[in-house]
Amino acid sequence: MYGSGEGVRPPYHAVAEWLGTQALGDLRQKLADAETMFRRTGITFAVYGSEDTSERLIPFDIIPRIISAAEWRKLAAGIEQRVRALNAFMFDIYHRQEIIRAGKVPEELIVSNSAFVPEMMGVSVPLGIYSHIIGIDIVRTGESDFFVLEDNTRTPSGVSYMLENRETMMHMFPDLFARNRVAPVENYPENLLKTLESVAPTGLKGEPTIALLTPGQFNSAYYEHSFLADQMGVELVEGRDLAVIDGYLQMKTTQGPRRIDVLYRRIDDDFLDPLVFRSDSVLGVPGLFDLYRAGRVTIVNAPGGGIADDKAIYSYIPKIIKFYTGRAPILQNVPTYNCRKADDLKYVLEHLPELVVKEVHGSGGYGMLVGPTASSSEIEAFRAKLTANPSNYIAQPTLALSTSPTMVETGVAPRHLDLRPFVLVGDEVRMTAGGLTRVAMRAGSLVVNSSQGGGTKDTWVLQD
Amino acid sequence: MLGRTANDLYWLARYVERAENMARLIEVGYRIVLLPRDGEGAHEEWRSTLASAGCAQGFFDKHETLSTRDVINYLLFDCSNPSSVKSCLAAARRNGRAQRTSLTRDMWESLNAAWIEFSAIKPESVTAGELPRILDWVRSRSALYRGAMLNTILRNDTFFFMQLGTFLERADNTSRILDVKYYVLLPHVEMVGSGIDAVQWAAILRSVSAHRSYRWVYKENYKPWRIAEYLILNQAMPRSLRSCYEQIGVTLDDLAEYYGDQHACHGTATGTRQRLAKGNIDNIFQSGLHEFIEDFISRNNRLGNEVADAYHFNG
Amino acid sequence: MLISIGHVTRYTYGLPASCSVHTLRLTPPSFEGQKVLSWRVEMPEIAGAVQYRDAFGNVSHLVSIPRSYDEISIIARGVVETKDKSGLVRGLMEAAPVRIFLRETPKTAPDSNIRALVADVAQADPIDRMHDLMRLVGERVEYAVGTTTASTSAAEALRVGRGVCQDHAHVFISAARLMGFPARYVSGYFLTGDVLGSEAQHAWAEVYINGLGWLGFDPANQICPTESYIRLGCGLDSLSAAPITGNRTGGGNENLDVFVEVQQQSSAQQQ
Repeated sequence: MYGSGEGVRPPYHAVAEWLGTQALGDLRQKLADAETMFRRTGITFAVYGSEDTSERLIPFDIIPRIISAAEWRKLAAGIEQRVRALNAFMFDIYHRQEIIRAGKVPEELIVSNSAFVPEMMGVSVPLGIYSHIIGIDIVRTGESDFFVLEDNTRTPSGVSYMLENRETMMHMFPDLFARNRVAPVENYPENLLKTLESVAPTGLKGEPTIALLTPGQFNSAYYEHSFLADQMGVELVEGRDLAVIDGYLQMKTTQGPRRIDVLYRRIDDDFLDPLVFRSDSVLGVPGLFDLYRAGRVTIVNAPGGGIADDKAIYSYIPKIIKFYTGRAPILQNVPTYNCRKADDLKYVLEHLPELVVKEVHGSGGYGMLVGPTASSSEIEAFRAKLTANPSNYIAQPTLALSTSPTMVETGVAPRHLDLRPFVLVGDEVRMTAGGLTRVAMRAGSLVVNSSQGGGTKDTWVLQD
Repeated sequence: MLGRTANDLYWLARYVERAENMARLIEVGYRIVLLPRDGEGAHEEWRSTLASAGCAQGFFDKHETLSTRDVINYLLFDCSNPSSVKSCLAAARRNGRAQRTSLTRDMWESLNAAWIEFSAIKPESVTAGELPRILDWVRSRSALYRGAMLNTILRNDTFFFMQLGTFLERADNTSRILDVKYYVLLPHVEMVGSGIDAVQWAAILRSVSAHRSYRWVYKENYKPWRIAEYLILNQAMPRSLRSCYEQIGVTLDDLAEYYGDQHACHGTATGTRQRLAKGNIDNIFQSGLHEFIEDFISRNNRLGNEVADAYHFNG
Repeated sequence: MLISIGHVTRYTYGLPASCSVHTLRLTPPSFEGQKVLSWRVEMPEIAGAVQYRDAFGNVSHLVSIPRSYDEISIIARGVVETKDKSGLVRGLMEAAPVRIFLRETPKTAPDSNIRALVADVAQADPIDRMHDLMRLVGERVEYAVGTTTASTSAAEALRVGRGVCQDHAHVFISAARLMGFPARYVSGYFLTGDVLGSEAQHAWAEVYINGLGWLGFDPANQICPTESYIRLGCGLDSLSAAPITGNRTGGGNENLDVFVEVQQQSSAQQQ
C-alpha cells in the first residue's frame, strides 16, 4: 500500500481514507460476520495432514488489495503473452518438439521429466489448446516491479474465493463500492462456460454438453468444484457416474446414459484413466484417454500440462516466450537456480540462509525451505536432502514482497501478499480483472499458501 | 440429473425425516419411563422403543442390559448406530454437501447449521432436564429444513426425489410403530380399560404427533381400532400410511410427467395407494392387523427398491 | 514369405463380468518388410469400436461392452507377407520423435545390475555394441517359463537371471537407453514351426541408430528379426505396447487362454 517514499500510493487513497474513519471494534465485528457467512455457505477447505482434516475456513481479510487500471493493463498484457506462449510450448512438446531441435530447452529436461506424458504425443486437441484455465502467481517487489513466481497450468484452484470474497465485500461494505469504480469479477463463470464450449470436439453438431469431474466431497477444493458447476449450470460428476458407452463418454442419469462432450476435470492426470495411468485409480474412467485421443471428448485442461508449470522448466520460460512469440517477455521471472546444474547447486548450498528452496514437483507450499526464517537445524536438514537429490530442487532469492494493510490480532498491520489472476484460453483469451490475493497472516512470513495458514483478500482493479 | 444425485437427494430426505421420527420416539419412550410403575423395570419400555426405531439388534450387540442413559445415548449420539440422530444429521449433511448444487442456499444453510450445532452438543453433559429441549430442537430443525425446501425449491426432479424419500421414510416409520405395538391395539378382554392401555395408546399417538388431533377427528376417548384406523387409513392425518401414499402417488405421477415414462414402481405405488383408499378397519382386523402391517412394510420396501432401479440410483 | 496368423484370447470369469472396456493394439502395420494382405479383429461390440492411432503410432481400438457376460473371446486373424530386411524397420508411420524412446519407465528403470551389464558391453561401433548387448542379455537371462510374470521389471528379471521374451526385451531396452540409444518394446508373432500354443506370441526390441534408423533385436532368439517375424505394435515397454488391456466390473476370478497359430502359406493358398 505504501510506496517507496512517504505516504499512501494513489490507488489506495480512497480506501485508506475510509479505513481511517472505521473503529477497530466495528471492523472486527465485520470480520466475524464475514466468517459466519463463509461457514454457513460452506466455503471450507480441507488441509492435508492436519489434526482436523475435515473442514477449515481460509482466513479472510476485509481490507481489499488494490491495483490501478494502468498496473492491470501491463499485467494483463504480460499474462496474455505468457499463456499463449505456454500453450504453444505444450503443443510443440507433444508434436514435433521444434524447441528441442532448436536447442533452446534440453532434451532430457523434457523426455525424462515425470511431468511429461508420452501418451499425449500427437493428440490433436481442439484449437491446439492444452491449458485452458491457468493461474499465474505474481508477486510485487517495488512500485512497478512484478515478477511471475509460478505458472499453474494443470488445475489451478482458488477462483471460487475470488468470487465469494467479492460477494461478501459487496454485501458488507456497499458504500465502499459506491465510492470506488471497481472492475467486476462476476463474469468469470460465464467466461469459463464460453471457453469450455469453444473447445468442444471438432465436428460436433449442436450445443456441447459439459460436465465438471470432481474427486468427490472429501477433496480440499470440493466447494469450488460444486460452486463452479452450479454457477455454470453443468453437472458435477464423479468417476463412478461416468462410463464409456457406445463409443462416447456418458454420464449415468436418472433417464439412462447421456453423452458428455467437454469434461472439465479437477482430478490429476494420474487418476484420469486406469487403463493408461494409475491402474488403481477409481476416480477416473477406464477408456477415457482413448476417447480423448480419438477426438470423442475434450479433456480440460489437457493431460500432460504439468510440463509447462514444472519448476525445472520455469527458468526456461523467458526463452520459451521468445521462441514462440518472437518478443521479449513483458513479465519477468524470479531469478532461479536449478540445483541440477553443478554451479547453481554450489551457489545454493553456500547461500541457503538467504534463499527459498522448493521441490521441483512440489506444490501448495509443502516441502520448501524459506532460508531467512528457518532455524539452523532446519537448514542443515534441508541441506542433506538437497545434496542427496539435487535435481529435485530449485532455489530463488527471497524477494521483498509487497505488503498490504491486514486485520490481525493487534489491529491493522502490513502483511506480505501475492496475486493469482485466472486466465481462460479458448477461442479467445478471457481474463477477469484482478484475481485471488493471498496474504501471509503471520508477521514477516512470506508463505501465502492456504495450506500453510495463508489468508485471502478481495482484489480490486480500479477503472480509469 | 445424475442417478447418484437422485439417490443422494432421496436419502437426504429420508435421513432428515428419520432424525425427526427418532426424536419423537425417544420423547415418547422417555415419558413412559418416567411414569411410576411397579414390577419388571420400566426400562422394558425401551425395548419396544428400540424395536420401533429398528435399532434393537444394534443396541444389544453393544449393551447387555437396558438403561435409560445407554438407550438415549445410542439413539441420539452413537455414531455406530446408523439411525441415531447424530448419524442421520451427519448423513443428511454429507448427502447435501455432495449435492450442494441441487439445494437452494436456504436448504443448505439450515442443513449445515443443524449439523454444526448438533455436533457441538457433548453427550456426557446432557442432563435429564435438557433432553426435552434437545429433542424439540431436532424436530424444529427438521421442520425448518422442510420449510426451506417447500418455500424455495423448484418443482422439478430434485423436489420429486426428496418428496419420495420423505414419504417412504415416514410410511416406514409409522408402519414400524404399528408393527411393534399392534398387540395393544388388539381387543384383549383382560386388558381393556386398564390404565396401562390408555398410556400405551397415548404413546402410539404421540409418537406420530397425533394425540391432540385424534380428539378433534374422533371426538371420543381412545379406542384401539380407531387409533389403528387413524394411523393407517385416515387421509387427513399427515403421518398415516394413507396420507404418505397419497403424496407418493402424486409425486410419482409428477415424475412420470416430467420424464415422460412410467416404471414398475408406478404400478406398485398405485396398488398400495388403492388398497389404503379402499381399506376398511374392520376387514383389516378380521384378516389380521399384524399380517396387514407386515405386508405393507414389504410393499413399501419393494417400492423403494423399484424407485432406485427405475431412476438408476446406482448408475 | 506368406504367413497366416490366428490369435485367440479367451477370458472366462468365475462370476458375471460387466461394463468392460478393452483397448486393442492388435492391428499390424504395413511397412517395407511387412505387407498386411488381410486382417480382421473379432469380438463382441467390435462394430462400435472407436479406432485411433496411439502415441506410438499403433492402430488401436477401444471396445466397450455394456452388458454382463461370463466369457469373452478376442480373435485376430489375417495374412501378412514378410520380407527379410535384416531387422531394419523402414517405411513405418512414425508418430513420436525418436527421443521419446529414451524415457525410462517403471518396468525399464535401470539398477546397478543393468549398469554393470552396460559396463560389460565391448565394441565401439553402435551396431556392434547392440549385438554385443543382445549376446550379454541372452547369456545373463536364461529362457525359463514360470519364473517371471507379466509385471516383472527389467531389473528384477536380470537379478533372478531367468525370464521369457518380455523380460529379455525389457532388460535390453533398459540397457540400450542407458547407453543413450532410443529403444522400444515391440509385440508381435514369430513363426516357430510349432503348430499350436501361445509360444508364437512374441516380443523383442528395436533400437534407433543414427544414420540407419530403427533396427530390431530379439535377445530371446539372439537374432535380428527376419521374415519369420510379424510386427504388431510398439511402445515404451510391455505395458504401453500391450496387444490387449482392459477393465471390467465384477467377474471374480479371471481365467485366460491364449491360442496363437502362425503358419507359412504357399502362394497357392493365397487368399
